[in-house]
Amino acid sequence: MRKIAIYGKGGIGKSTTTQNTVAGLVEAGKKIMVVGCDPKADSTRLLLNGLAQRTVLDTLREEGEDVLLDDVRKVGYGGTLCTESGGPEPGVGCAGRGIITSVNLLEQLGAYSEDEQLDYVFYDVLGDVVCGGFAMPIREGKAQEIYIVVSGEMMAMYAANNICKGIVKFAQSGGVRLGGLICNSRNVDNERAMIEVLADKLGTQMIHFVPRDNMVQKAEINRKTVIDFAPEHPQADEYRTLAKKIHENKMFVIPTPIEIEELESLLINYGIAA
Amino acid sequence: MSTAIKEIKKTRPVKPLDPEKIKQELLAKYPPKVARKRSKQILVNKKDEDGKIPSIGANVRTVPGIITQRGCSYAGCKGVILGPTRDIVNITHGPIGCGFYSWLTRRNQTRPASDQDDNFMTYCFSTDMQDEDIVFGGEKKLKSAIQEAYDAFKPKAISIFSTCPVGLIGDDVHAVAREMKEKLGINIFGFSCEGYRGVSQSAGHHIANNGIFTHVVGKDDTIKDADYKINLLGEYNIGGDGFEIDRILDACGISVVSTFSGNSTYDQFANSHTADLNTVMCHRSINYVADMMELKYGIPWIKINFIGAKSTAKSLRKIAAYFDEPALIKKVEMVIEREMPEVEAVSEDVKKRCEGKVAMLFVGGSRAHHYQELFREIGMKTVSAGYEFAHRDDYEGRAVIPDIKIDADSRNIEELDIEKDPEKYRPRKTPEEMASLANKGVPFKKYDGMMPEMAEGSLIIDDVSQYETELLLKIYKPDIYCAGIKEKYAIQKSGIPMKQLHSYDSGGPYAGFKGAINFYKEIDRMVNSNVWRFLEAPWQSHPELSAKYVWE
Repeated sequence: MRKIAIYGKGGIGKSTTTQNTVAGLVEAGKKIMVVGCDPKADSTRLLLNGLAQRTVLDTLREEGEDVLLDDVRKVGYGGTLCTESGGPEPGVGCAGRGIITSVNLLEQLGAYSEDEQLDYVFYDVLGDVVCGGFAMPIREGKAQEIYIVVSGEMMAMYAANNICKGIVKFAQSGGVRLGGLICNSRNVDNERAMIEVLADKLGTQMIHFVPRDNMVQKAEINRKTVIDFAPEHPQADEYRTLAKKIHENKMFVIPTPIEIEELESLLINYGIAA
Repeated sequence: MSTAIKEIKKTRPVKPLDPEKIKQELLAKYPPKVARKRSKQILVNKKDEDGKIPSIGANVRTVPGIITQRGCSYAGCKGVILGPTRDIVNITHGPIGCGFYSWLTRRNQTRPASDQDDNFMTYCFSTDMQDEDIVFGGEKKLKSAIQEAYDAFKPKAISIFSTCPVGLIGDDVHAVAREMKEKLGINIFGFSCEGYRGVSQSAGHHIANNGIFTHVVGKDDTIKDADYKINLLGEYNIGGDGFEIDRILDACGISVVSTFSGNSTYDQFANSHTADLNTVMCHRSINYVADMMELKYGIPWIKINFIGAKSTAKSLRKIAAYFDEPALIKKVEMVIEREMPEVEAVSEDVKKRCEGKVAMLFVGGSRAHHYQELFREIGMKTVSAGYEFAHRDDYEGRAVIPDIKIDADSRNIEELDIEKDPEKYRPRKTPEEMASLANKGVPFKKYDGMMPEMAEGSLIIDDVSQYETELLLKIYKPDIYCAGIKEKYAIQKSGIPMKQLHSYDSGGPYAGFKGAINFYKEIDRMVNSNVWRFLEAPWQSHPELSAKYVWE
């Protein structure tokens, strides 16, 4: 079983990319569990066709100690197993602690056990690594592979670099590795070249360049992944390619985060300022 | 263990100890940076040519890894200041440990007027936060806890104490308090006294003072029909101290409007601004309230001390001098005259067995100072003392306050902006009267601290550590050591009697005249007990067989 965590700046398209990629892997016959680690609990919407999912934390709250795996896990597109850890509404409590509690509970319930015969677990994690809770999925024994969703916009690259700093820390203690950057294009000038250079500087690869296409939005409005909604569309093939590349990926590194000055000069040399 | 005992069992050195050398010995094991910091907090009490005492490092962070005596901000707020008030429901908002371990089962005594009067002191209220409350926020649970407490007890007031996790997840206890106050129509207020605020429990005292002053003091303007109305600030009725002080004040015809906070009630706090004098016992924990009441309501304050018979007499005379009425002065003298013979008879007797013995006091924010009086009265000498959580003014006197560097830890504690109350401000004396009283020796707003009263060459140690304590015991071999429960057993194990001055080991009262008698007898019993002889088994000093190792 491969355990993969997807990180990236808020709003970059982590959930969309994850679910579309998962759909690609499912098509290829893989058995997958998706763990949404975002209090908004919208990481599995496209796989469940909008089906409202009771979150792990809500269930824990209501059921107390008697929680069954099936209470917190729904079957979605192509047999994917979907869970949402859930969490507090904005401005109260501690979402980070929520993720820790929820991932622990999933472990206790045997969501990752051998007899589940999973090929992949995907953790879709909210925004930046802001506190210990959001690093939970990459702590020892959890995800071993990380992909960072990025675009050619400065703040997205900045976030990617910061996430790499977090990975270094956990790579040394727990063995997690960076599998690559996924460029979710925003049609920024020179985007592909720039992300390739960034990947190079971080010691990793740009595993795939996902072009921008309105079909993604269209599918989303219909609560579906592109592969589910428009299997013949070229964008569906992009996700199939990404899925294949992830499946065949052999490049796992401890990243080498760069200084902010270097990041800025990268933008000057390649980016919009060039 | 046995070697430690043997070392301590050796008789005290005849030659006077060199305190400077002892200081170096205490610092010797520390890494340079720690030693530098601790060396500011360990001083030899010595006046320079101008008669000035040295300045001490106090109210600074403890170096992590050092086993300190200190407590946390929550403990200072909930336990020390608000704990002794009997009719406020004190709810600890946090996981159960904080509430449970601060359950004041015995420390503070209280005496409700009747069986029908509220007394919640034996209860422990907590929201018992669980993982789920941390994740989703604990405000709802807090609201329902307040509702539940209200339904069960219908108290006059409810207060909320924040523990560390509450601060981390950002529960707004003040908003909850406001909402529930509106809903239930009783006074409800919260304290942001998360344990990690400030460097010790002292921060919690300040936070508690601010809260009580803001939310309770001044709510009831009824002026009590009594002649000499005072508040007793910083007296917590440990072991019934407050009862003894009340007995004496009562005999003198002095009326206590409110004690902060031994044996106190919510109504007393609410009415306390009608008193004509504030008397401050524990300067560290409560001087904030005294200052704020003077600014807002015009009540002057003086420092007093009811620990020690002579100090008690002196304090009574100070109060009488303030009111400046012959009838009161006469009555106070009568009471002193009546009480002292018995005190003196006991102290004379006890002195025969205690004279020349040596005490060490490492406790509190004023106790290490006050209790030296009692020891002095039976001829005992305090060779080394220090506070757990006091500030520089408690060591060196209030004159240093303008020079105290305000660091980030202190800035983190709110300072209230107090102004004269447009309606309730009423100067108790004219400026001329105040000046004339000050001339006659009524020491307004004056506290000289512990150091000027201690002998030259005594060792002053702030925030003493466990390691330093053990060394001090070996070097000084004191006859008694006074601190708190955390230190107690390690000290007794080294063969030295240990007296708790936080909760009195179930003894007390030790305040006032009768309290002094109790203390003399207790110390006599402790320092002259034979029990310590038996710490060493007979075969340790007189082995029946002796042998040596082959390599010796």
